[in-house]
Amino acid sequence: MRYYQSEAVETKDIKEGKIPTEKFRPKAKFAWSAGIAISRFLEELKNGKIIATTCSKCGRIMVPPRIYCEKCFKPADGWKYVKDTGVINTFSVSFLAADASRLKEPIVVAIINLDGASEGMGIVHRIEEYGDWREVKIGMKVKAVWKPPEERTGAITDIAYFKPIRE
Amino acid sequence: MFGKKRVAIVGAGVTLFRRNLKETGKELSYEAAKTALEVAGLELRDIKSVVMGSAPDAFDGVHMKGEYLADGAGAYHKPYTRVFVGGGTGVFTPLAGWWHVASGQFDTCLVVCEEKMSSCYPHPQYAFTTIFDPILERPIGMNLIWIFALEMNRYMHKHNIKKEDIALVSVKNKRNALDNPIAQLAANITVEDVLNSEIMAWPVQRLDVSPTSDGAAAVVLASEDVAKEVTDNPVWIDGVGWCIDSTHWTDRDLYYPDYVECAAKMAYKMAGIKNPPKEIDLAEPYDPFDYKELHHMEGLLLCKKGEAPKLTREGVTQRDGDLPTCPSGGLLGCGNPIAAAGLMKVCEIFWQLRGEAGKRQIPGDPRTGVAQAWGDLMQYGSVIVLRR
Ligand SMILES: [Zn+2]
Repeated sequence: MRYYQSEAVETKDIKEGKIPTEKFRPKAKFAWSAGIAISRFLEELKNGKIIATTCSKCGRIMVPPRIYCEKCFKPADGWKYVKDTGVINTFSVSFLAADASRLKEPIVVAIINLDGASEGMGIVHRIEEYGDWREVKIGMKVKAVWKPPEERTGAITDIAYFKPIRE
Repeated sequence: MFGKKRVAIVGAGVTLFRRNLKETGKELSYEAAKTALEVAGLELRDIKSVVMGSAPDAFDGVHMKGEYLADGAGAYHKPYTRVFVGGGTGVFTPLAGWWHVASGQFDTCLVVCEEKMSSCYPHPQYAFTTIFDPILERPIGMNLIWIFALEMNRYMHKHNIKKEDIALVSVKNKRNALDNPIAQLAANITVEDVLNSEIMAWPVQRLDVSPTSDGAAAVVLASEDVAKEVTDNPVWIDGVGWCIDSTHWTDRDLYYPDYVECAAKMAYKMAGIKNPPKEIDLAEPYDPFDYKELHHMEGLLLCKKGEAPKLTREGVTQRDGDLPTCPSGGLLGCGNPIAAAGLMKVCEIFWQLRGEAGKRQIPGDPRTGVAQAWGDLMQYGSVIVLRR
């Protein structure tokens, strides 16, 4: 085995400018078109509804919707509402925010398989009103909690979160 | 025979894996490439093509990283390509090198992988968030660790796997790394240490995860005629495979990596491997997280679905076990400069098959090894089978 020997420096020495470094923070801004399928999906969210597209060849009811079926590689040929209830397929209890900073209170994120969509198809969203995070379980039934209509903007966050359905 | 020419690895070189290495990415690429050329006994003028692998540009903060790294990778005035398939890049890059030579177009190809994750400071996590869908996923506040946590939880749930069994992978790989001079996080730790480490995103804890790293690795590929001229110990690339699954990751069952199986089957078919656990002597599956080694052992068909934790518990995957797995120390022990980490796994198989792995050398005269990397949004598998 042959390797090149060198050495590393401390992050704090970089921060404090003790070794030659150049710093830069990008200021690029973006505005993404939501596209054909997701624009309709977002408009429906504004109305408090979740919509899927369907493929008549494989029979899938696909959510998030797309204008093509990636398996059959043909146009999706219908729209169909699915329910705003579903089942937790998997979840995580995160003590980390998006920038890796530490959260005092954890947040729960889950893949939710939506009722009415094809088996195993769903979206990623937050879970709240769960009580103790240790009580969150795979297979748990959940329901969307919508923002009030006047606060909706046509975004995935028009669903504020999903909450467990207590039986 | 697949391709026009049989292809061998005739040289390999790596740098240290560390946070904040002093060298730039170009310098690291140069040092790894030069080391690999020296081992091969070749000069840059003998190299007919160059393939570079590096993961997201956002870590280095240099857009068009391929062109930025070209001089360091030895590409001056040569046919040159940079390839990128997320975390799968490190094993995919020698696959791209393979087709350069196997096609008959080039006798030799220099394959270099580099990653400088610490340039994005204090932490590259924020750069990672830009991999998510901008409309449906980023507004949820996605963190990279979440996708691993979601996958790990689904895998544990499906097979009723305990965290204790998964932690054994971290214990093994960090201990294996004690014998690897490039390693960043070699340590003797216990299962309890892993279980008591800080919760990042349940079920992922601090010691389940590989670190942020800088590093580079390189291999020299040669066609059969050139390989036999320059070395008595060529290591043959006998199988290559790669595959991608749907980007709609919330529509897939994450408990099993189908796409790794698809890539593995492609590579095994080419290598004529019918019974992977029997015919493969050692494996370097991608292990950025401890459960990923298990997940990938299953995708690589080295055991049945859900059986990898049992093999680990029984010691089968230890260096002196029947199927040594990550004898290098893996990403958990050596560090995770993404593309370089994947290619380091290929280098480890090269050293092990040549009997050059020093204190890490596995017993039993190994003849066949497999390395694998994984990436994009839990959807990419790249697999290479090496033989001597
Ligand atoms: Zn279809």
